[in-house]
Amino acid sequence: MPLISPSDQERLRESLAEMTRPVRLLFFTKTLDCDTCLQTRQILDELPPLSDLIAIEEVNLILDGDTAKAYGIDRAPAIAITYEDNGSVADTRIRFLGAPAGYEFISLVQAVLLAGGRPPQLSAESRARLAAVDRPVTMQVFTTPT
Amino acid sequence: MAFVSPNITAFAVEATEFPDLARRYRVNGVPKTVVDDEVEILGALPESAFVEQALARFPIDGP
Repeated sequence: MPLISPSDQERLRESLAEMTRPVRLLFFTKTLDCDTCLQTRQILDELPPLSDLIAIEEVNLILDGDTAKAYGIDRAPAIAITYEDNGSVADTRIRFLGAPAGYEFISLVQAVLLAGGRPPQLSAESRARLAAVDRPVTMQVFTTPT
Repeated sequence: MAFVSPNITAFAVEATEFPDLARRYRVNGVPKTVVDDEVEILGALPESAFVEQALARFPIDGP
């Protein structure tokens, strides 16, 4: 049974139509001791049917530890959002830890649109501030499902 | 912000699924943003205020 209603699917399909480049969601999972890995996979599986430019790639956290490490992922479920830029893979550096249910699904779609080529909506002032960031920074935004 | 700055990595963390992280960062309400374990921002702020607080350690050189 689809998690998204037909009318929401139609709205999503329209939003995703503005994508101009392929987006690949790396889904980090593990077989044991992961209560929400299946739910996360089910949520992610809703996306590719809505856009030819979206693909899901499953990465086993244990068996493919090198990939997980490269993306700074040490837990499951987790999602890293990448896109294709002139034939090579580019990392958005946007990650989701935990199932993207409820409002987090909207955040996930926004991140996919950004990766898919929609211009960032930050102000010129914010961009100027960001240009001053000259060393690695990790930001974590904690949310709860609603 | 992560998309625009090559130095920023951003995690959206589902707090109830990772209680150890929620405890470590004393998450009593959401949204709560933690920047490099140093800066804590509680609640949702307008973009300019959020960016200012999150990046306070990176001043823009100027007069």
